[in-house]
Amino acid sequence: MSKKPSTVLDARALDRTLRRMADQILELNAGTEGLILIGIQRRGVQLAERLGRIIEEREGVTVPRGALDITLYRDDLQTVGPRPVVGATHLPWTLDAQNVVIVDDVLYTGRTVRAALDELADFGRPARIALAVLIDRGGRELPIHADIVGRTITVASGERVDVFVAELDGHDDVVIASRDED
Amino acid sequence: MIGPLGKDLLGLAPLSAEQIRLVLDTAVPFREISERQIKKVPTLRGMTIVNLFFEASTRTRISFEFAEKRLSADTVNVAVAGSSVSKGETLVDTARNLEAMKIDMVVIRHPASGAAQFLAERIESNVINAGDGTNEHPTQGLLDLLTLRDRFGDLTGRRICIVGDVLHSRVARSNIWGLTKLGAEVAVCGPRSLLPNAIGEMGVTVFDRVEAAIEWADALNVLRLQLERMEAGYIPSLREYNRVFGITRARLERAPRDLCILHPGPMNRGVEIDSDVADGPHSVILHQVTNGVAVRMAVLYLLAGGKPELAEAAKKGAS
Repeated sequence: MSKKPSTVLDARALDRTLRRMADQILELNAGTEGLILIGIQRRGVQLAERLGRIIEEREGVTVPRGALDITLYRDDLQTVGPRPVVGATHLPWTLDAQNVVIVDDVLYTGRTVRAALDELADFGRPARIALAVLIDRGGRELPIHADIVGRTITVASGERVDVFVAELDGHDDVVIASRDED
Repeated sequence: MIGPLGKDLLGLAPLSAEQIRLVLDTAVPFREISERQIKKVPTLRGMTIVNLFFEASTRTRISFEFAEKRLSADTVNVAVAGSSVSKGETLVDTARNLEAMKIDMVVIRHPASGAAQFLAERIESNVINAGDGTNEHPTQGLLDLLTLRDRFGDLTGRRICIVGDVLHSRVARSNIWGLTKLGAEVAVCGPRSLLPNAIGEMGVTVFDRVEAAIEWADALNVLRLQLERMEAGYIPSLREYNRVFGITRARLERAPRDLCILHPGPMNRGVEIDSDVADGPHSVILHQVTNGVAVRMAVLYLLAGGKPELAEAAKKGAS
């Protein structure tokens, strides 16, 4: 029998977490100079947008935001046939010598981040690339770690972490659910 | 490998409207790759694709080759035009040899209708029909659909007229299947000698006068007059054809609405289409060429992906 979904972050906690992450990004980058936030499709894009708005409120500076779809850089094409949806990549500025922060919702195996790094390398040579994730659920299959983590949680292999954002889902929260509920 | 399109792409007749929309939707983000400084993604790295062209082709072959290379596939071009070996024997031999060389996909153009299916039934590799006789040219049909969708959005109720040598055209057949599945109204227009007898059975309207077609249509897909097949005297002369059926600026100026003009190329300028139309504001011909690469990338991607039994494992390791 599957367990009831349990809430990790509700809307207020998610907002507080993002505000803390925005501070950490500013601290890591020593300000906004050369900073570019790039969200990984899909929910990383909305999270990057929110982080950008928070930084704008704090610093009075617009931080460029972009979107990265890593579908074509995945190493498992032959297994994703039933849902091969390719999203948009939108990187309108040069990445050369910039300080890129990749933003994603959940860090799990690390394969998505590896693909994102490969894709970014095709667009330019940033001075530095950092990784900011809302949730680190462990379970890495590659030697990849996040520089900024909103919340670290322990999740059983039979469970999944769902991040909901109002822009796409109509509500903000993060829940742990059983995979049986797919 | 069985993906969301099945093992092969042989035509638009066997595809559902949903599958056609999947290809078009997938092609849209692929256009962006061709705009990048590095026009290449690693998606098909390690795959080998053979472009097997039994008929001359420049545009389609190059378009497939760009699509394959931009997805990082290894490609081999085999031009066998002019082979004296009979068609059936050639294909059987070719199929055996291709299988022995452990390739992943074959893109085939052949003068005989049904050749792509013949090959697909005999090899395990994915087969993409790049034009077979007068049967189908599915990727051309798909790029035409994408171009029309870019212009009109939803194609439901849009009126598209295919003008010219429908009798010899595989493009016309793929267009008719694809457009009707997406809800468009389709007509054909041309000399009766260049229209198939049973064309009405495909659910299309027939116009004998190009002026009537222009008055009716939102878009014209102007077909190449296949001059190499005109020896049998299908039309009195090229000049006569241009006078009666040619798409000219004067005719377009009398149209009740802004028509969208497509042409699969190569064009006979001054015969089926005048230069000031082909290069004018109504023309989307170069947009078709751009969309051709994106659509072919999408088809390659969708055929290459897909071992459903492994999808669950991939899902678990998605991030």
